[in-house]
Parts: sequence; C-alpha cells; structure tokens
Amino acid sequence: MDAITAEGLVKTYKSKSGVVRALDGLDLTVAEGTVLGLLGPNGAGKTTTVRILATLLRPDAGRATVVGCDVVRDAQHLRSMIGLSGQYAAVDENLTGRENLVMFGRLYQLSTSEARRRADELLEQFSLADAANRVVKTYSGGMRRRLDLGSALTGRPKVLFLDEPTTGLDPRSRLALWDVIREREREGTTILLTTQYLEEADELAHAIAVVDAGKIIARGTADELKSQIGGERIEVVVHARTDLARAAEIVGRDCEGDCTVNEHTRRLTAPARNGAQSIVQVVRDLDEAAIAIDDIALRRPTLDDVFLTLTGHAAELAPSDDDGPAPATQPAQDRRSA
Amino acid sequence: MTSRDVPVSGVAPTGGLRREITDGLIVAGRNLKRVPRIPELAVFAIIQSIVFVVLFAFVFGGAIPLEGGGSYREFLLPGIFAQTVAFASITTAIGMTDDVNKGIIDRFRSLPMARSAVLTGRTVFDLVYQTGILAVLMVAGLAVGWRVRGSVPEFFAGVALLLTFVFAMSWVGVLIGLTVRTVESANQLGFTVLFPLTFVSNVFVPTESLPGWLRPIAEWNPVSTLTAATRDLWGNPNPYAAEGFPAEHPVWLTLGWVVLIVAVFAPLGVRRYRSMSR
Ligand SMILES: Nc1ncnc2c1ncn2[C@@H]1O[C@H](COP(=O)(O)OP(=O)(O)OP(=O)(O)O)[C@@H](O)[C@H]1O
Ligand SMILES: [Mg+2]
Repeated sequence: MDAITAEGLVKTYKSKSGVVRALDGLDLTVAEGTVLGLLGPNGAGKTTTVRILATLLRPDAGRATVVGCDVVRDAQHLRSMIGLSGQYAAVDENLTGRENLVMFGRLYQLSTSEARRRADELLEQFSLADAANRVVKTYSGGMRRRLDLGSALTGRPKVLFLDEPTTGLDPRSRLALWDVIREREREGTTILLTTQYLEEADELAHAIAVVDAGKIIARGTADELKSQIGGERIEVVVHARTDLARAAEIVGRDCEGDCTVNEHTRRLTAPARNGAQSIVQVVRDLDEAAIAIDDIALRRPTLDDVFLTLTGHAAELAPSDDDGPAPATQPAQDRRSA
Repeated sequence: MTSRDVPVSGVAPTGGLRREITDGLIVAGRNLKRVPRIPELAVFAIIQSIVFVVLFAFVFGGAIPLEGGGSYREFLLPGIFAQTVAFASITTAIGMTDDVNKGIIDRFRSLPMARSAVLTGRTVFDLVYQTGILAVLMVAGLAVGWRVRGSVPEFFAGVALLLTFVFAMSWVGVLIGLTVRTVESANQLGFTVLFPLTFVSNVFVPTESLPGWLRPIAEWNPVSTLTAATRDLWGNPNPYAAEGFPAEHPVWLTLGWVVLIVAVFAPLGVRRYRSMSR
C-alpha cells in the first residue's frame, strides 16, 4: 500500500516579479514503511512538495493523499499522523528545548505527563538533555535543527517529512540523525526526505525521485539510476595543459566514445566500455605518446553524476570551480585508482 | 526506542470546544512564558506610557485648561490607560508577524490542534499581559496624583472595560500581524493607525478645545469613549461635551465598539490564518 500518493500536483506562486510555476504536474508515490529521497536542484520544488503533503499549502491542481487522507479535505485529521521538520528550524526561540517539546506534545493531544515523558525521551535521543533547560536562543544552529527534528517526532507520526534534515549538522550529528531515521524506518514509519547530499539519499533511501522544474524526471533505486546513465568511466588528469588536446584524442579513440575535457582541471572523462582493459589501453597509449599524467582512475557513476546528467546543472554543493562530478560526496564514491 | 513507542496517531482529533479551550490555553501559556525571556518588551511598553504621563502631566499639562476645574493628572491618567491598551495591538501585531516569519506558525499549522487556538491563545494572553501592564501603570499613576473617587465596583467596572478593549484591539493586532510581511511594517502600520486614533481624542485635551469639524470624530472615537467611561466610573474630571450620545452613554458606546471590532476583526483574522500560504 502507498502511504503517500500525489497526482498531477500544480502550484504557482504569484510574486511581484511574475508567476512562478513551482510544481508542474508532479506525480509521486511512496510505499508504506519505506524511505523516499527527493533530490533536485535549488528551486526544483522540493519544499513546495513537502509543504503540500504536510497540509501547509493547498495545491492549485492535482490531488495528494497521505495514509489515505486527502491533504486538503482531511487535513485536520491527517495532522495527527504526520510529523514535519521543515527546511528551517521552526521552534520557539524564547522557550527552552524542553518547553518546546512539551508544548508540541500537548498540542499533539498528549496528556501533560505523557508530553513531559516524551520530551525527555526525545531530548535524550537527540543529545539535547544537557541543554534541555536552556532557552533555544542560546542553541547552535545544529542544536536547533535537532530540536526541530525532535518536534517532528513528538506525535510518533506514521509519516515523516524531512526537508533537508541534515543541512547544517556536523558529521557526528548527521550520522546520529541517520541512525534515528533508520530506526524510525524499522518501526514502520514512512519517510519522505529531501536532501542536497546525494550520499545521504544513497545511504538512507529505498527509492530516489529526482525532481526538476516542478516535475519528477527520474525515479528508481540509487543503483538503477546510476546504471541508467551508463557504466564505469575513466578519468585522466593530464600533467601539462598543452597535452590536453592530444590526450583527448587518444582517450576518445581508446574508449570509442565521447571524451569530455575540463580545461581548468585538466581532467578528461570518457566511458570505459571494457572496464579495466580500457584503462590499460589508455595508459599504454598515453605513455607511448609521451604524455605525462597526474592521475588516472576508473570510477562508477555516483549519484552526483546522475544528478548532473539528469538535471543538467550542478547540485548546489558541487564546488563551482570544478566540472561537476566533483567529489562532493567522497565516501560514496567507488574510486579505484589504477 | 522502547516498546512504548506506539503511534498515538490513532487518536482522531476530536475537535470541539474543549479542545479549542485547552489548545488556546497552551498557546496563551507559551506566550506568557516568553514574557520574562524578553523583558524589554514589557519594560518598553511601560516606559512609553510613563513618558506620555511625564510629558503631559509635567510639561504640557499646565497649558491645558480643564473646564470645570479638576486635576489635570486625574484627567490624564484614564486617557493614558486607554492609549496603552490601544497601542497594545501593535505588540500583538509584531508578535504575530514574528511568529509567522520564524516558522512557528507553520509548526502550529502542521499540528492536530484546534484550528484557531493560535489566535484565541494570543488574545487571551494579551488580556493577562495587559492586566499586568495596567497594574504597574496604575501604581505609577497613584504616585503622580491620580486617584479613584468612585466605589470599588465602579473601579473594577472601569478595569473590566479597559480589558474588553484590550481583547478587541488584540484581534486588530492579530489581523495586522498576519497580513503584513515584516515586523517593521507591522510596527509602521500599527502606529499609523493608532497615533491619529489616540491624538484625535479626549486623551490629552478636552474635546472642546479641538476644531469644530474634528470634535464629533473625537467624541465617537472608541479611545475617547473608553477614556470618558473610565473617567466617569472613577470620578475623574471628564469635561465632555455636555450633550450628545457619546457624552451621555460612554460605557455603552464603548461596549458597542468592542462588540463591533471583535465582530469584524476576529472572523477576518481567523479567515486570514486559515488561508495562510494557501
Ligand atoms: N512563497 C513563495 N513565493 C514566490 N515564489 C516561491 C515561494 N516559495 C517558493 N517559490 C518558488 O517556487 C520554486 C520552488 O521552490 P521550492 O522552495 O519548492 O524549491 P526547493 O526545491 O525546495 O529548493 P531548495 O533546494 O533551494 O530548498 C522556486 O522557484 C521558488 O523561487
Ligand atoms: Mg527547499
């Protein structure tokens, strides 16, 4: 059964500078108990999608259901079954961490004592117990973020919406949050997660949907998406810029395919049709032509590559001085130096 | 997590008046907890009123003649109270806008809480908060020579009237706060509406001294009727135009205003809240 369904969602925003079509017929389904990673460049419509599904925005057209409830008609009923942690922490700065959680618990209709118990549990879980009685104003960005996530879990939701939940978290907090998400998933919670960290989607999500310009443009498991854009590639970094053209010709010939050249980083990339055999061939030919190289590697496409290929522009995190498939997600990369 | 980790989700929101009240009180409690955390707000509200008292009682007061005699300070203080509760709506507006911008309203809107509890909670909080501010100002008033000459019930009737007005103006603040985008514009809009309202009134000068065409406006002005009503109830000088409805029935007229303001602004505020970013 699908915990989330969306059909033909359209949402336009009117602003002074004109009309923005944030969602343009977005379709989406998330099976119960699974984690869906929603990827997309800035402005793709991720937050808009989450806000519609979490009953905060009304779509202009299309319909969506969450655990069987229509997000517009049954919004009030639905709210008791969802938890939302938006892109920006939405907690009361002038209350303490505990006061925030107790208040949200009460508003989820828990009794006062239950709400207190639940708050303490969450404070513990998100490593905020020491700061529990401090006013949130004195929290760091990451602590606020964690409190916000705790707030989303207060009502033990069946469906959890997390809009860029780990943005601004340090690596340890990020790993801790991943554990929380996995744990929620084990408990049967359906999770829709947007992220800019492709590694994160790779790590957590059963399925990934790539959204661009308000539409889903691809969907599948991380592996499916990776194989969709092709197999392994060879990457060569040439030592001297003056050799680039000659090297490109050789690599292109050896790989029987298009070789993309990045002048700035002196990097050549081409599909490695014959895997390791291709790399041997390239090394041999470059050596013969007396072209010095700094690095050569065979790599499998990463979700970064998927992202770039599909959306045609770099994910915000990719350093802009590189050609894109930059190691923004280093650990997920399968980099085998030859 | 533990085995107690059973979804509470099965509990359908039961709605109804009880929920509305409980949730409203939770929101009011949240606002109350914030008061000592941002003491500047209360302090400035009180200082602002005291500045007006000092300015008018000690600086301009001597130059303002009171027909029929009486102490200018006794005349002034009920007006200052009315002005204070009218200006309270700016605080409400700023608070609402801030909540919207900080995302707290979105958080509330994603919770299964009673639908207008955020607003009723805020207005109930305003009642409690302004009661505190009024108490401080009254003590300050007594210190500069203001006296209550009416009976105890009359005194409390006056206080109650001030508080009904707080409630009404709170809804005005709610609507402004949910409509404008920035805290600065909430502030600007509030002052733009409230300065004329409190100055074209009997707060600082008797309406007699106003130009003829302004006089009816000043006399029907809710801030004036509230001021006149409390002056009457407390036995403070009230040199109102001798004849005319506002002069004869300031209490009823004030209550009428309160009903009218709530009847207009509360539904508009609730509607605005429900249609937010929709
Ligand atoms: N309140 C608004 N008023 C006007 N335009 C808006 C509003 N909210 C979003 N938009 C526009 O709608 C589009 C989609 O925005 P959305 O916030 O859903 O993107 P996103 O995928 O979450 O981006 P990001 O990765 O930057 O968070 C953008 O072009 C954005 O400028
Ligand atoms: Mg976003």
